[in-house]
Amino acid sequence: MNILVCVKRVPQTGGRIVLTADGQAIDTKFLGHTISPHEECGVEEAVQIVEKEGGSSAVLTLGPAEAEEQLRDAMAIGIDRAILLETTGGEWDPVSTAGAIAETVEAQEAAHGHFDLLFFGNEAADTGDYQIGVRVAVALGRPVINGIKDIWFTDDRHAVLARREAPGGGWETYELPLPVVLGVKEGLNLPRYPSVPGRLRAKKKEVERVALGSSPSGALGLGAGEDSAGLGGAVPGPTKLLLRLPQEERSAAEVIGRGAEAAPAVVDMLERIGVLAR
Amino acid sequence: MATLPDRARVVVIGAGIVGNSMAWHLARLGWRDIVLLEKGTLPSPGGSTGHASNFIFLTDHSKEMTAFTLDSVRQYEELGVFTKTGGIEVARTAERMQELTRRITSSKSWGIEPAELISTERVKELVPFINADIVLGGVFWPNVGVVDSLEAGTLMRRKAQELGALTIGAGVEVTGIDTKEGRVTGVRTDQGDIATDTVVIACGVWSSRIAAMAGASIPLTPAVHQMIDIGPVAIFEHVESAVGYPIIRDVDTNMYERQHGNEFEVGSYAHRAILMDADDIPSIAEAALSPTMLPFTQDDFDPQLEDALELFPEVMGDEKAGMKLAINGLLSLTPDGNPILGETPEVKGLWSAAAIWIKEAPGIAKTIAEWMTTGEPEIDPHGSDIARFYDHHKTAKHIAARTIEGYNKTYGIVHPMEQWASNRGVRLSPFYEREQALGAQFFEAAGWERPYWYGANERLLADYGDRVMPRAPEWESRWWSPIINAEHLAMRDRAGMVDLSAFAIFHVTGPGALAHLERLCVNKVDVAPGRTVYTPMLNGAGGILADLTIMRLAHDRFRVVTGGGMGMRDKKLFTDALPADGSAQLFDATSELTTIGLWGPRARDILAGVTSGDVSHAAFPFLSTKTVEINGVRALASRISYVGELGWEIYAPMEQGRRVWDALWEAGQPHGLVPVGIGTYAVTARLEKGYRAHGNELELDFNLVDAGMARPTVKDADFVGKAAYLAQRAAGPTAILCTLTLEDATSKSGVKRYMLGREPILSRDGKPLTDAHGRRSYATSAGSGPSVGKHLLMSYLPLEQAVVGTELLVEYLGEQYPVTVAVAGATPLFDPENARIRA
Amino acid sequence: MSGPVLAFIEHAGGEPDRLSLEALAFARSLVTKLGAALEAVVLGSGVEGVAGQLGAHGVGAAHVATDARLDDFAPAAWGAAIRTIVAARAPAAVVVAGSERGNEVLAHVAARLGLPMAANVIEVTPGNSWRLVRQRWAGSLLEDAALDAPIRLLSVAPHAVAAAPTAATSVPTISTFAPELEPADLVARVVRREPKASAGVSLADAKVVVGGGRGVGSAAGFANLEALAKELGGAVGGSRVVTSLGWRPHSDQIGQTGLRIAPDLYIACGISGAIQHIVGCKAAKRILAINTDPDSPIMAVADYAVIGDLGAVVPAITAEIERRRAPA
Repeated sequence: MNILVCVKRVPQTGGRIVLTADGQAIDTKFLGHTISPHEECGVEEAVQIVEKEGGSSAVLTLGPAEAEEQLRDAMAIGIDRAILLETTGGEWDPVSTAGAIAETVEAQEAAHGHFDLLFFGNEAADTGDYQIGVRVAVALGRPVINGIKDIWFTDDRHAVLARREAPGGGWETYELPLPVVLGVKEGLNLPRYPSVPGRLRAKKKEVERVALGSSPSGALGLGAGEDSAGLGGAVPGPTKLLLRLPQEERSAAEVIGRGAEAAPAVVDMLERIGVLAR
Repeated sequence: MATLPDRARVVVIGAGIVGNSMAWHLARLGWRDIVLLEKGTLPSPGGSTGHASNFIFLTDHSKEMTAFTLDSVRQYEELGVFTKTGGIEVARTAERMQELTRRITSSKSWGIEPAELISTERVKELVPFINADIVLGGVFWPNVGVVDSLEAGTLMRRKAQELGALTIGAGVEVTGIDTKEGRVTGVRTDQGDIATDTVVIACGVWSSRIAAMAGASIPLTPAVHQMIDIGPVAIFEHVESAVGYPIIRDVDTNMYERQHGNEFEVGSYAHRAILMDADDIPSIAEAALSPTMLPFTQDDFDPQLEDALELFPEVMGDEKAGMKLAINGLLSLTPDGNPILGETPEVKGLWSAAAIWIKEAPGIAKTIAEWMTTGEPEIDPHGSDIARFYDHHKTAKHIAARTIEGYNKTYGIVHPMEQWASNRGVRLSPFYEREQALGAQFFEAAGWERPYWYGANERLLADYGDRVMPRAPEWESRWWSPIINAEHLAMRDRAGMVDLSAFAIFHVTGPGALAHLERLCVNKVDVAPGRTVYTPMLNGAGGILADLTIMRLAHDRFRVVTGGGMGMRDKKLFTDALPADGSAQLFDATSELTTIGLWGPRARDILAGVTSGDVSHAAFPFLSTKTVEINGVRALASRISYVGELGWEIYAPMEQGRRVWDALWEAGQPHGLVPVGIGTYAVTARLEKGYRAHGNELELDFNLVDAGMARPTVKDADFVGKAAYLAQRAAGPTAILCTLTLEDATSKSGVKRYMLGREPILSRDGKPLTDAHGRRSYATSAGSGPSVGKHLLMSYLPLEQAVVGTELLVEYLGEQYPVTVAVAGATPLFDPENARIRA
Repeated sequence: MSGPVLAFIEHAGGEPDRLSLEALAFARSLVTKLGAALEAVVLGSGVEGVAGQLGAHGVGAAHVATDARLDDFAPAAWGAAIRTIVAARAPAAVVVAGSERGNEVLAHVAARLGLPMAANVIEVTPGNSWRLVRQRWAGSLLEDAALDAPIRLLSVAPHAVAAAPTAATSVPTISTFAPELEPADLVARVVRREPKASAGVSLADAKVVVGGGRGVGSAAGFANLEALAKELGGAVGGSRVVTSLGWRPHSDQIGQTGLRIAPDLYIACGISGAIQHIVGCKAAKRILAINTDPDSPIMAVADYAVIGDLGAVVPAITAEIERRRAPA
């Protein structure tokens, strides 16, 4: 199996989010960066499949030069090679992002042979756009399914079986002929930590860089219908104007007791709010 | 939400290992109404304690730091939170093997045993997964262990609470410290204010910021220490105890490694120093992990991974073992590497307990608590005293320069005389250009550039031949030159002039000045104007705090002169005791006055050549001062000597100093005057004369009787420590400070070796010497004695050994050398009658 | 006059999905601003009944494709069906629920139409250029954005708007249509279905959720939480830590990379309250935190707190409920 995993570099948030003064980004002064969680599982899955089935794996990201760190993280756990679509000047909108990735996949396949599987995260942790994988699949004319938490193959290796949770519980399994695009979710596997030899190997591997520059949708408020090179006529967007933190409405918790002695007061509360029918 | 009292006897800020230890020791010593404030949550509030590696190696070359650590381990053991694991320091280089022998000698000096040099094979036996091919050997330290510092803190808080002494305020942020007229009056928090006159800052990396709230300075910087945890390691799967192997220090790469469970922790002091501003540390709410566990910067650590992989190929090379945790942990660094302890000079009642590591925290807390309670700590904390800093030490530039330089020396081989390379030239004497022209080799003291020897004196080497006691080994030749000994001999033969600008000088004036000084000094200060007094200062327990000279300039005017190193600490001793009624004042004249020492048999001739005054012995006797006019400068000449020669210290206004220097220089040429460096002044000439130095012979754990400094009579006036001193006199010495001569410097390999100080003194059969108070004998000082033709050591010896002619051994770099007691007590080895001084 | 707003309605068991009704409520406010009509698309065989209920939610016209090929989730095919109506109706906007399926289907619509799509929107202001507020980081962060497109494709963030029927109930006009499906649209199809393992109420739908974090201590420690959830007719979930540690299956994860829930009561047991978890539970009407640490971040979002060891507190609450229920 030849697999390409598309990942995104996102801040490793944990505490309260702080924004930059211009409201255009998260202030990452105190934060490290990571591969967005769903995609970490995609990376792990690709490594496991290649370990079992043979073939090769590649990782791709579209992001700033610093995103090389995440590519090396992926290579540290066993991805074979990496491609960085290097951007400048901040975020790219989802339409432009998907366009650039689709073009790159075609170029990569022309050079290295086709990918049987393209993995995307179900949605990126930061922007949560829920569309990059689908857009790339549509552009490449390949089937795609999202929300995947289980992957295996038909005996002839011509198709993949991909399982996702059904609404309300239970599972539904899809069978898709290769090549295919899958949007994967956390729970697919438990990503491994990089080993020391893996880390040191990753450091020495080449990262293929493609300079993309700034987003083709350009400055804020580019209107529909304007010429957007490279998007195949698609309208880019949405355009980020400003980030802000939601207002927290809750006030401090009312301490209704300490230890087991609090139980009657808790049950009184349950009755009062109506979750405990008498 | 905590309920805070509105009043407290003391507020301790910060509940890491230091704050918890402080709360307990204060409670133990009888303090009540203690409030411990912590911004984070307990038991792991988010400071450096929470990510500490928690292992403890006992030995440090510093006596003070080792004493803190030994006491801490004792406390951890009592709390039941210390697990002995053993530890190995491995050497990859021959130079490191020598350093390990030096560490063993320090251990013996500080009473830490056993400590044995082990072979590569033994290292491999103890740590089967080590790559023995690159290990030359090591030291095995059986007493190394691991502590649960969070549990220790919890237990100490609980013990303080059980005494009814402690209120804990967790989740409370200190927003201000109120002061009035230079004293602490209260602490402001986001949950109410607390009135108190005593505050302890135990805030780790945030200490500077908290101190600044009160207008005080704690010169430290937060800095990054990287560590990773890998696992599960296959070869550890069958290790039965949590820690089944000794902790390893791969000191040549500035790293440590330790197995715990099936994991392996690797920490490093090898990466570039990454400093942070305290204001840039994230808040608890903003931090992804904790405020002091910052995102790992992998690139900085990659070279260390290679080093660790080389030493532990099976563990680090385990393809299934993942890097589970990797952090940039914050710790506190100080410009000289020592902790910052004691009451701040700026604000009374504001105490610092900062830049303290897990290994030393409980011992330091006990020391500070004793200091706060009685002023008489058992362990002498002078090397860590916050009052040691001069203003230039507190600058951001200095802190950054020295912490960056010092960081990679954490496991470094640091020569006892090692000089800092960064931020030099901070304080320059008026003679600096003259000294440069004379090829001065500058050493730093209190920021001053002081010539240690002069290249221009190289010509003297031919005059003195082997009397300069040349040294072949690189180690003893480092930061040393035979020119020092040539200068020494030339001074004793003719005359030398010494730049003493680094002296700290205070003027104490006013109607209450005499009483103030009498109260602090052992010797009688009430002498005639124009006379000079040399005196020690004691604490209440009779421990030696300081020694210095006081010139009585007028009935109500005194000049206190003390060494630059402890100048600011001594200034605080005098300032703190100033009478409340304002009848005495202290002015710091350090930057106003420069000092030149002029000594040697020809000193009188030279001085007479530049001044019209009568400088004969009759007119200008020993320990007297006179104003003299030199080249149009009115200077104060003080007939005194720290080198055992006829001569003077000449005090002149800083901006006129060079005129004095030039006049003396010119007048001295016909007499063979040479410039003499501090190598002679502070080491060789001092040792020949048996003069005691603070920090070497004079420390809190010694007394005047042991030091041979008790005078025949004790003055009538009361002074600090008098009762203890009288009791010491009555009891007699427990040990006697002796001067020893090295009888044969030849090592097994036939090279002559010369001790540099701090080596253990052993009986002839190689046993350590311990006095009735349990104090080990070690060389408090060591150096050449060119005029007596011997290498000299000073050491407190038990009474039995403190007899002239006793034959003993000194251990140095793994070998033992014969020494003989040449002097027991204060009699000088050179010129025992002091005829030269009184010529 | 603006084109209509077209809402896509998911359904199960003959009932419209709760999140789709929330999306309808959102769409209603949009049609008011636009002065447009609200129309709906419902897919699958026998869905007229679902469509009929939509009048109560302001839908004037419902477009129904009763094609059995659309019964199972087939995102490309569902998207093609929506595009069929889009082509016919030229809507100003298409609004879907920000559910897994809703976002996925809308992405297909967007990709095939060459239009931008805004996911997890919580506010929209039509105009020359449409302004919207959408969630990032699962709602930890909001983005003000501009959307410039002839047809605005929006998914509505779960639990951002309450699903509520309108005062004026009407019956929508129901028209069926034949979706234009290509063979490629039907490649991604369900081949096997497995029912839910346990019969209890699902985490997504439970009125009461008992969540456990690292403080539960072990997989076995969840027995106490299961017992309390059973008494309350609720479901058990967990933080990312407990699913990573294998104490609970991944499907039980509440948080940014798991499920976002909106029960009447969320009982957080031994959960410190990392932001990634809080985004998954903050839509709960009320939160009760049980934690030894009164300063843990969960307290900042909780309405009620019990300070103490959950190992003691949770069984005590369960016992108290049983005691009160026991016949006197």
